[in-house]
Amino acid sequence: MAAGSTAINFSTPCALFPCQPLSLGFSRSSFHRHQAAKNQNALEPHMSQETLSYHWGKHHRGYVENLNKQITGTELDGMLLEDIIFLTYNRGDILPPFNNAAQIWNHEFFWESMKPDGGGKPTGDLLELIKRDFGSIDTFMEEFRAAASTQFGSGWAWLAYKANRLDVGNAVNPSPADEDKKLVVVKSPNAVNPLVWDYYPLLVIDVWEHAYILDFEARRADYISIFMEKLVSWEAVGSRLEMAKAQAAERESEERRRQEEEEKNAGDAEAVEMYLDSNSDEPEAD
Amino acid sequence: MALSLCNLVSRNSLAPLPIGRLLLSTRGLQTFSLPDLPYDYGALEPTISGEIMMLHHQKHHQTYVTNYNKALEQLDDAMNRGDPSTVVKLQSALKFNGGGHINHSIFWKNLAPVNEGGGEPPRGSLGWAIDTDFGSLESLKQKMNAEGAALQGSGWVWLGVDKELKRLVVETTANQDPLVTKGPSLVPLIGLDVWEHAYYLQYKNVKPDYLNNIWKVINWKYASNVYEKESA
Repeated sequence: MAAGSTAINFSTPCALFPCQPLSLGFSRSSFHRHQAAKNQNALEPHMSQETLSYHWGKHHRGYVENLNKQITGTELDGMLLEDIIFLTYNRGDILPPFNNAAQIWNHEFFWESMKPDGGGKPTGDLLELIKRDFGSIDTFMEEFRAAASTQFGSGWAWLAYKANRLDVGNAVNPSPADEDKKLVVVKSPNAVNPLVWDYYPLLVIDVWEHAYILDFEARRADYISIFMEKLVSWEAVGSRLEMAKAQAAERESEERRRQEEEEKNAGDAEAVEMYLDSNSDEPEAD
Repeated sequence: MALSLCNLVSRNSLAPLPIGRLLLSTRGLQTFSLPDLPYDYGALEPTISGEIMMLHHQKHHQTYVTNYNKALEQLDDAMNRGDPSTVVKLQSALKFNGGGHINHSIFWKNLAPVNEGGGEPPRGSLGWAIDTDFGSLESLKQKMNAEGAALQGSGWVWLGVDKELKRLVVETTANQDPLVTKGPSLVPLIGLDVWEHAYYLQYKNVKPDYLNNIWKVINWKYASNVYEKESA
């Protein structure tokens, strides 16, 4: 992304026309989709054109416009969206641009999680990991549905890849193994997303009421079912999983490299003299 | 079983009894039911559509009542069994569904058709208190509308009275948290539901339009009655 670049573009979602998911990873430098949406009824009858026209055309667009207003001329201007999200999450003490920034990211991710004639079952590596970490596809689906149904109020339900990394300044998992990295189902309120917990999101369903109220009224459970059976794009989830694994591997090798370098530097340095406290040999009791 | 024993025995002192923790109060479990609306679903048109009123009452509020009762039964059972972790686990379901029932029960009374006083400004002591604490009724409405518009996600905007400090307050709560979660001495007078289900089918994403319009059907008589009772 060019330094000092301008406003975040309002992109058209991938699901509205046949396409390859583009640069879905964290390091994606552009959330532009330069293709024009052919029509907003691509997900009919499972998600109506009317819903898309408001959800994408008003809500999502509104978040983009509002974030641009908030960040123009500030230090956030020109930053990657993910970096804005990290910064403004502020370890939970949320700053105003967070809601808009995170909601932009969440909605992009949501559109890319669906496709016309979606549904079916996951395959390949994704299927294997689901079976390993949940026991079976059915158990995973149950847990995902439950998370989506029990997110009180507004929010999102996620499938994410959680690499087991210690979040302490200089500590590393001494023996990172593939088993440490797991698929997890999580739910989040309002605009929060798993990026702030350093998870790698793989799939999301929007359970804000505006996502389903026009098509399903109060019947969130029916909406969740239709999403799983007719809309979800397992291809998108699968390719995100590959990127998640690649990122985890890259982080591990970076940490190993850094650890090796530190050890090397420690060996090169002069031995440090240690001084014992002169009272240390005395018994503690008086 | 333990429950039927409970119904037979009354316990007035806190001294431990030989049967230990199987004995509880004689009160049977009280469950709740959906209150009727004091007006027809269509009576608030065109401000709030009949479609929204019906879904809001029959689906949303009813679901809170049903799930609150379920949580209460599970709580009763867990307490009888002496199962603290289930008791604690149920707290969020109780707060959410119980709060939903409390808040919506107030909300239906906060609204009235125009021909039954909906929209008529408050008189008497509440009217004076509003002028004193906010400058004017218009000023209060603007403040509540601004809070409602700014609220992210789901929640409520409240006009309440602090019965200790004898002062009106405007507060917001998230999700279905009742006003009392913002202060134990706060009593709700008017609650504006800003969950999307309260307006979306009619106003779509334009929440500010809903907030501007809802004042036309606000029942200030009810708010005044509550205020006078708390100020007595």
